[in-house]
Amino acid sequence: MSTVLKKTRSLEDAALHYCPGCSHGVVHRLVGEAIDEMDLREQTVGIAPVGCSVFLDAYFDFDIIQAAHGRAPAVATGVKRALPDRFVFTYQGDGDLASIGMGELVHAAARGERITIIFINNTNYGMTGGQMAPTTLENQVTTTTPEGREARLSGYPIRVPELLCSLQGAVYLSRVSVHNPKNINKAKKSIKKAFQVQRDGLGFSLVEILSVCPTNWRMNPVQSIQWLEENMIEVYPLGELKTVQGVS
Amino acid sequence: MSRVLMKGNDAIGAGAIAVNCRYYYGYPITPQNEIGEYMARELPRAGGVFIQAESEVAAINMVYGTSATGARVMTSSSGPGISLKMEGISYIAAAELPCVIANIMRGGPGLGNIAPSQSDYFQATKGGGHGDYRLIVLAPSSVQEIYDFTRIAFYLADKYRNPAVILGDGFLGQMMEVVEILDSEADDDYATGPEKPWATTGCEGREKNVINTLLMEPDQLEAHNWKLNRKYRQIAENEKRVVMYRTEDAEILVVSFGIAARISREAVDMARSEGIKAGLIRPITLWPFPDHAFNDLDSVKGILTVEMNTGQMLEDVRLSVNGRVPVEFYGRTGGNLPDSKDVLEEIKKIGGV
Repeated sequence: MSTVLKKTRSLEDAALHYCPGCSHGVVHRLVGEAIDEMDLREQTVGIAPVGCSVFLDAYFDFDIIQAAHGRAPAVATGVKRALPDRFVFTYQGDGDLASIGMGELVHAAARGERITIIFINNTNYGMTGGQMAPTTLENQVTTTTPEGREARLSGYPIRVPELLCSLQGAVYLSRVSVHNPKNINKAKKSIKKAFQVQRDGLGFSLVEILSVCPTNWRMNPVQSIQWLEENMIEVYPLGELKTVQGVS
Repeated sequence: MSRVLMKGNDAIGAGAIAVNCRYYYGYPITPQNEIGEYMARELPRAGGVFIQAESEVAAINMVYGTSATGARVMTSSSGPGISLKMEGISYIAAAELPCVIANIMRGGPGLGNIAPSQSDYFQATKGGGHGDYRLIVLAPSSVQEIYDFTRIAFYLADKYRNPAVILGDGFLGQMMEVVEILDSEADDDYATGPEKPWATTGCEGREKNVINTLLMEPDQLEAHNWKLNRKYRQIAENEKRVVMYRTEDAEILVVSFGIAARISREAVDMARSEGIKAGLIRPITLWPFPDHAFNDLDSVKGILTVEMNTGQMLEDVRLSVNGRVPVEFYGRTGGNLPDSKDVLEEIKKIGGV
């Protein structure tokens, strides 16, 4: 009998606290699988953000540091500079990364820190109850844009990988989605590529992952997947925004 | 030992490198820029890493990351920058990570000015950041002490897994004095830290390690708060440091720290030469505050606290004295130094001379 599927070594045997239909579970699995397949678990230091994924240490079976809100890229910098041969990644949501942590993000990328960022974009602050994020779409209703996000008042959605493209230190920037199996497979490939960029010492890598937040979007999981497909991809086009030759 | 002429800010860098600190992250702010410049020059030669961070906030969080790996690491700044670092300092204290933070104080509040001050005493000793935590705070009053206390700060930070602060001021940072420095790390008692089995270095050959400051269950967080509190009480029991000068028969005690204590010492000598029995209590640790220095006040008529602020350590002196004798205050601010003659006048007022 051949093994078709086995438990992901890097994941803990724990029940996730995430809401039904949330994308975090899928992304945790992809990150865990990538780390296992690249044999990185014992070399890994992961940095948890503030937000829904603050409990990263409950789900991953490798060293974890929980950072202050938005500061994960700076913490990752401190780890990587002291331990250059270890594998260091941050896992951050859109409020953490693109709002309060924008400074740390941009400068870690500008320095070309050999770290990888897994960036969850679900267009809102999930843990605090669905407030507007920098990634909230125009006209999207959140608890702090009750009439829908009006650009004149609250600005426009931030496209993070596009923003980072001009920085020489940022060498691999991509946007993927996990709303269906085909895209989940593509997401995993991109995550592995970003990890390989770090292992090869090439520079900063970031993968943005379009994700659903059924609870705060006030939708059921199926509706939220449809909403992502119909609304998010248009604003956040999928693909590699910046890549390097010779890494697969 | 070698004798070298050295600037106070450089002595922080020299002391840190002497005890195997190999990581420094900082942001430029006057009057402490020489620390970062020294580290940018000297750390790479010692096989270390200097990063000019994009912000004070990033710098302290880089410290958090490197400290989590078990390596000795430091940052430095001055008042406004230390305010920005407070978020990170609270996290580092909560996570029980060792590190050293130098604050070369300037005038405040707000942007204040770049002249020397001691007005960050409250911020250093009473918290500053959010939550229930303490920092070990050392107050040098010479360039030699800056060099020595920086080394001790790393030792204490490791010993108690707690941030330690060097609280200097713009005078100390900018002045040059002769310093005896160690010729090699092998001569230094403080050069080697303890094992750090808790460090997050990759889990090869062991269970995973987690550095975390989020404890959602009230009982869990309460247990952590009391665990920290027990540690702080242990530090208070073991680490209070103070210099007593001509206090044995003193009727008037002057209490002063850092650069102000050097002026106060001169005032005490002037008073003695006029037949006034004055003495000086100079706290070395501002936290834990050396309250034991005030145990025996039998011969004391009055106490004068001299600071370069409007009266901050004064509160700790009054708590320690607990109403047994009057405690007066003399302070200068804005970058002004107390003059020893003016301190003498205040001593005379207390003595009824």
